[in-house]
Amino acid sequence: MAHSVRRDAPELPDFSLLKRLARDQLIYLLEQLPGRKDLFIEADLMSPLDRIANVTTLKQHDVDKLYKVEHKPIVSTSDQLCFLIRPRIKTVKWICDVVNADKAFGRFRRYKIIFSPQKFYACENLLEEQGIFGDVTTDEWSFYLLPLDDDIISLELPEFFRDYFLEGDQRWVRTAGSALHLLHSVYGPFSKVYGIGRCSKMAYESWREQVEEGEQRARQAEIGNVFLIDRDVDLVTPLCSQVVYEGLVDDIFRIKCGCVEFCPDVTSSDKSIKVMLNSQDKVFNEIRNEHFSQVFGFLSQKARNLQTAYDKRSGMDIKQMKTFVSEELKGLKQEHRLLSLHIGASESMMKKKTKQDFQELLKTEHSLLEGFEIRECISYIEEHINRQVSMVESMRLLCLLSLTENGLLPKDYRSLKAQFLQSYGIEHLLTFSNLKQLGLLVEQQPGETLTVMESRVGKLVNDKTAGKLTDAFSSLAKKSNFRALGRRLNLVPKSDEEYDLRVPRDMAYIFSGAYIPLSCKLIEQVLERDGWTGLEEVTRMLNGHEFAVTAGSNGSDARVKTDSQRIILVMFLGGCTFSEISALRFLGREKGLKFIVVTTAITNSARLLESMLDNHA
Amino acid sequence: MIRGKPDEDDYWNSSKFKAFTFDDEDDDFTRLKESKRAVNSIRSLVEEEDEEDDVEKVSWSGEPVGRKAKTGSFQSFSESFGDPSIRNYAPELRKPKSEYKDYVSDWTPEETVKRMQQGKVYSLEKFRSLQDKLLLLDEAVNAHDGNVITAVLIYLKKSLSKEILFRELITREIALRHYIHYLKEIGEQKLLVELFKSMDRTEDMALMQYRDHLNVRDENKKRDFLKNCLSFPFSPDDATHVQDHYTLLERQIIIEANDKQVESSGQADIFKKYPRKASILNMPIITTLYYSCFYHYGESDGTFSSPANIRKTFRISDKQFLLTCLGARAKLKAWFDVDALFTTKNWLGYTKKRSPIGFHRIVDILQKNNAPVQVLQDYVNLVEDVEQKISLAQKYKCHDVIINTYRDLKDRQQLIVYRGKVERGSSEYRKIEEILSNSQLRWKN
Repeated sequence: MAHSVRRDAPELPDFSLLKRLARDQLIYLLEQLPGRKDLFIEADLMSPLDRIANVTTLKQHDVDKLYKVEHKPIVSTSDQLCFLIRPRIKTVKWICDVVNADKAFGRFRRYKIIFSPQKFYACENLLEEQGIFGDVTTDEWSFYLLPLDDDIISLELPEFFRDYFLEGDQRWVRTAGSALHLLHSVYGPFSKVYGIGRCSKMAYESWREQVEEGEQRARQAEIGNVFLIDRDVDLVTPLCSQVVYEGLVDDIFRIKCGCVEFCPDVTSSDKSIKVMLNSQDKVFNEIRNEHFSQVFGFLSQKARNLQTAYDKRSGMDIKQMKTFVSEELKGLKQEHRLLSLHIGASESMMKKKTKQDFQELLKTEHSLLEGFEIRECISYIEEHINRQVSMVESMRLLCLLSLTENGLLPKDYRSLKAQFLQSYGIEHLLTFSNLKQLGLLVEQQPGETLTVMESRVGKLVNDKTAGKLTDAFSSLAKKSNFRALGRRLNLVPKSDEEYDLRVPRDMAYIFSGAYIPLSCKLIEQVLERDGWTGLEEVTRMLNGHEFAVTAGSNGSDARVKTDSQRIILVMFLGGCTFSEISALRFLGREKGLKFIVVTTAITNSARLLESMLDNHA
Repeated sequence: MIRGKPDEDDYWNSSKFKAFTFDDEDDDFTRLKESKRAVNSIRSLVEEEDEEDDVEKVSWSGEPVGRKAKTGSFQSFSESFGDPSIRNYAPELRKPKSEYKDYVSDWTPEETVKRMQQGKVYSLEKFRSLQDKLLLLDEAVNAHDGNVITAVLIYLKKSLSKEILFRELITREIALRHYIHYLKEIGEQKLLVELFKSMDRTEDMALMQYRDHLNVRDENKKRDFLKNCLSFPFSPDDATHVQDHYTLLERQIIIEANDKQVESSGQADIFKKYPRKASILNMPIITTLYYSCFYHYGESDGTFSSPANIRKTFRISDKQFLLTCLGARAKLKAWFDVDALFTTKNWLGYTKKRSPIGFHRIVDILQKNNAPVQVLQDYVNLVEDVEQKISLAQKYKCHDVIINTYRDLKDRQQLIVYRGKVERGSSEYRKIEEILSNSQLRWKN
């Protein structure tokens, strides 16, 4: 089941360099506040920080005590406080309170804020308004990219999705451009850039500007092609239940920054353990991309092999035993540990899924994707809501229904919304408003309403802004056109055909053969056609903003050039799922390519939908 | 448009900006301010030259942490710049961000926006005419940099009356959304409400104000707040929901006060037997209904806490009511109540069991609430689909149902098979024996 890598598949570039860069810059920044200091770290920066430095590193640079930012009054007695934070108004406000409390107390300290990955004017403005600009020095830690694995790099910015797609705030566009710029300067020059989506286009332009601003050095490219994609080009895929091992682990246990915490239930001991999940884990590496139904068989085979390896001991003489212990035993023990961990995880996931009638849930999802027996699906969702089963799951199904059906009939929308509010709380009115704004859950509109509105507003303003308005309106009333796209791109294979999950024939295997993820299919098509030619109808349905640009590299060595050409960096703006990564790995194996996924964050249906909730004060 | 002096214009047109600010000779102020930091960097630049040919020597991975302290941390930072591939990026890392603000310049909107993006010195004070301000805003929007768009908006917020700013934002959707998000983040609720009002976005305004109830902790204050919300211009559907929200909390407060008192006085058995785990305040409607079916079953529909009253007030569907009620009564093992839920009388006075949802679902729910076989089998019997009935009966070991079904199907073979599965000599075994030996029956096999 471990797929043999095609002989000519190119090697991936070494991304550990990015970690080194980030760590060294952090050390440099800490040195900018000489002497002993306490360091306050934003909660969601802690795991990324863990990946590149450890406490000892910090202590060696005069960090005395470490605190997590908790938005509460502080207890530090240090004369110097350093804050390592995301550029968020809420956190800066808290720092203002800390500083002003000190001032009121007549206490003198030195303060430094290190914003990661960059600072925002709005934050500095707040410092100014709160009268502490100047009392506090600020810096930027350009920690744009965290390599999570050999082929996954994350910006660790989960708020990107909400900020851009819901609020319409473009604050992270340049950040994405800078991240791309960093990759380009270290692993480029890129020769071709493809993309789709408004944000992708802007990020691309921002990157180009930064390239022009800086000096260019000729070097051998390690990454040839780049594909940029907005998350809202394909919202269906991240809302589907994940059934590939790594995705399922993420759905159930939530992988955080490449690390998962397995509960006692999995470890069959009395405590939870944290496990890094990446290609270093040999057992995990072989099952991560597999459909869950295949995993058990693989693990038990593995267990039998392990037993045989252990059994070799009997009948060994002393010398053989010595070699065995020194050469094999450690490896076997390690494998044993990993094996029992993943077996435990699989069992625990099986139990959880059986309890929630997973099969029936998947059946409904597949019917929605296929556009089959929609009334039955609606009753299923209704009952799900009525029984007050998981709120996020109910919301997920509603959104899938809306996305695949181009919106709900007004009657259904009203009734399902009312029942949802009854079951999960009326304050979710706000959630519904957000879902509507983003186009995740909408009511079907009579066709002409929009154009009437557009032309009415259009008359009031000049042409240039009218264009922008049209943009804004069309994004508001964006149709997913899922059925038409599905037909055009053959996303939903015929259900009457048997699908052998042991020998996947296409990327649909990541959803049990029921659906080829739109995002990955687009990437496949564009790479195959070397552009968007022939996909005009598809891009029109996806609301356009597609591009394909030759960035003009003049690689000296033709062989190197072809090698780097087969390394493709795919950047997801707004997050991507482990299932999509698995699909791309599959595609890579099929085509002799290597994909590197750069994402603003690893996402899944729960994270995506939770970011739509407004119930935090 | 803002026009600079001709010679300066020439300069700007001819020279390219570089990200590396040390090389920037554009303004002396910046240089002065930065000179101190620049001195620090010289050392690293010099070392960079030395190490250029010797990249591989500097390997960090696996190196003991202690060594770095020895070499000196500043030096260690610079070492990573030895790799030429990183050097493109290196100037970005060390780019000093000047905080000098009081500088008068003649930068065009385009130049200003560019400088802001690069974190260089800039000045907005000279954009004083409305036209200049708007040019600056449009330029920021064209640059797609949300950070800069917001920065310009903050300046416009300070230097324009809100009426004028609002008016201009109507036709600038992208800037408008940034402005709304900024106001949300800094918590300028009042201004937001005014903004929505001026733009006739009344539903947004209503929701925005409604959202604030989340910040009210005290339940009485929250109820009053929600009451106040009733007059907001929601869409008709949402207005109904907000009305429900108010009514719900109002009743929850009454029920909570009453039940708390009853519980602590020890008057009612139900609270003694099943002490309340949490307060009912701020729970969803369905949870409230469940609570009511649990603690207040059988109360007359005149009382706020009765299931019937809640059902009527919040227009709860039959299906939903049944599901919730069933859950609550099954939890209490009140099988008689469960039975009554499905029993209907026709005009002749015959009783019949009916359900708005499939009986296989009912069985499922009852089973999850640990209903005994005697109860379960009544409902398994009501499942219409024979195959489904048998599979459920087998799953939950309802022998009578299985035996009777096979008998009714006249399926002798299946009955014999089933006899092999039950315990010899048990009552169900005897029952099968009895049926099989009944000569009156005409078997189909």
